[in-house]
Amino acid sequence: MSLSGSVQAGLSVSVRGLVRRFGQRNVIDRLDLDIRRGEFVALLGASGCGKSTLLRILADLDHDIEGDVFVSPRRGVAFQSPRLFPWKRVWSNVVAGLPRGADRVRANAALDEVGLTHRGDAWPKDLSGGEAQRASLARALVRNPDLLLLDEPFGALDALTRLKAQALVADLWQKHRQAVLLVTHDVEEALLLADRVLVMRDGVVAHEARIDLPRPRSTGSAGFNRLRTQLLDWLGVSEPAAPAKQSNH
Amino acid sequence: MATVTSFSEARLAASSVDAADPEWDVGDLERIVPLGRRNNNRMPRGLGKSLGPAALLTLWWLSTRYGLISEDLFPGPATLWATLLDMIASGELAEALLLSLQRVVIGFGFGFVVGVSLAVLSGLLRIGEDLINAPMQMARTLPWAGLVPLLIIWLGIDETPKITLVAFAVTFPLYINTFAGIRNVDKTLVEAARTLSFGRAALIFQVILPGALPNLLVGLRYSLGSAWLALVFAETVNAQGGLGYLITHAREVYRVDIIILCLIIYALLGLCADLVVRLLERVLLRWRQNFDGA
Repeated sequence: MSLSGSVQAGLSVSVRGLVRRFGQRNVIDRLDLDIRRGEFVALLGASGCGKSTLLRILADLDHDIEGDVFVSPRRGVAFQSPRLFPWKRVWSNVVAGLPRGADRVRANAALDEVGLTHRGDAWPKDLSGGEAQRASLARALVRNPDLLLLDEPFGALDALTRLKAQALVADLWQKHRQAVLLVTHDVEEALLLADRVLVMRDGVVAHEARIDLPRPRSTGSAGFNRLRTQLLDWLGVSEPAAPAKQSNH
Repeated sequence: MATVTSFSEARLAASSVDAADPEWDVGDLERIVPLGRRNNNRMPRGLGKSLGPAALLTLWWLSTRYGLISEDLFPGPATLWATLLDMIASGELAEALLLSLQRVVIGFGFGFVVGVSLAVLSGLLRIGEDLINAPMQMARTLPWAGLVPLLIIWLGIDETPKITLVAFAVTFPLYINTFAGIRNVDKTLVEAARTLSFGRAALIFQVILPGALPNLLVGLRYSLGSAWLALVFAETVNAQGGLGYLITHAREVYRVDIIILCLIIYALLGLCADLVVRLLERVLLRWRQNFDGA
């Protein structure tokens, strides 16, 4: 495995032999991962399995690592909480960090994509949870990233708002086709959105499923349910309704 | 569609029900009084605020008017008013006021720059904290009023020691509060800034300082208070013009009215400074979502 070998053209993320320790525990233990350009990957895992840690490493927020990690330099990140700067108005939050001269027009274009143009002048404290999360998404999208890192961005939203936000992300991805890594613990969300679903366990990608369901997807089809049961199984949750198949992982 | 209609009809019906309706039995439910109605029988805020000072002023006037207090030791409001008009007419008040204001503004300017810069350095850099914080915390406990004799020996008796004393008094409250504010900045926002590829300057001016601003303004309030205090000390101990000089001079010629008048002016100036900070808070902290009193 050579370094040049892992930065092939056509990849947005390439990770080899990644290790991240917290004390004695290897939260990430020799993990390999490739994400192609334009690919939508969902990363599932139980709480504390290291999926958010992995995303933080890819977002260049955690450097206490061993192994080789390559990511696209143009990244957008959205976290579980919107993390808007409370002292900047919404539009100013969206263009924060862009080179000077990034103006209202550009902010409005990004806000328009998430349907939030009318809230540009508001303070973050006056936004609803869904609006704040959309503003955060606009901020991640405004720089046209090649890679979008989403850390449970819908986790704190109510069920109705979550459905809308998921549809919005699906739309935006259809339009821009950037690579996406979506960290989530919601199996249905992963199945609705992703090309490929990874299940993380014991610090590595324990299972990988390609999702070929036709888009736009909806819950409830036979194929969807089969995949859902399978993934839940990998996550160590057996569904009570259908008798769970004995799997030997 | 049908459900929507019936729902809105139900709401209409509900809102038309009034407390007077005999058929509306609310049992022992508590009424939530709307805000508009709740404040009706209270006195206006401005009137309430001016009531205390007005009462004091009346008491003062009455007790000097009817000889409860000697006019020689504590002149009444009327005497002070006459003195004030005299001093304005002679131009001596304006001159003294200008000189004092100048000292405070310059001293405060120096103190502000030094205090905030040191706080940024020690708030942002580990090495800055190691080098700066401990000495600052030690120097903070020094009663700065005691520096006056030393400053006179070192810097003479012209403007420099007065400005230095004001700057000294301003630096510490600003440093302490700004440093605390910087360390209180939400770490998740700093991370967000890093994912947005903020440069160092952008991080300081768009994230760290705005985040520390609430504390910085608290420090500003304290420091303006001690700025005036320092000025009084510096001017009364070695006076060459300014309000403090007026006071010292008045003591020698036994003009209690001038002394009290100057003290009141000091107090009013302090009050104005406080108002300025409040205004700043209102403008600069509009983004905050805070409890602002019931």
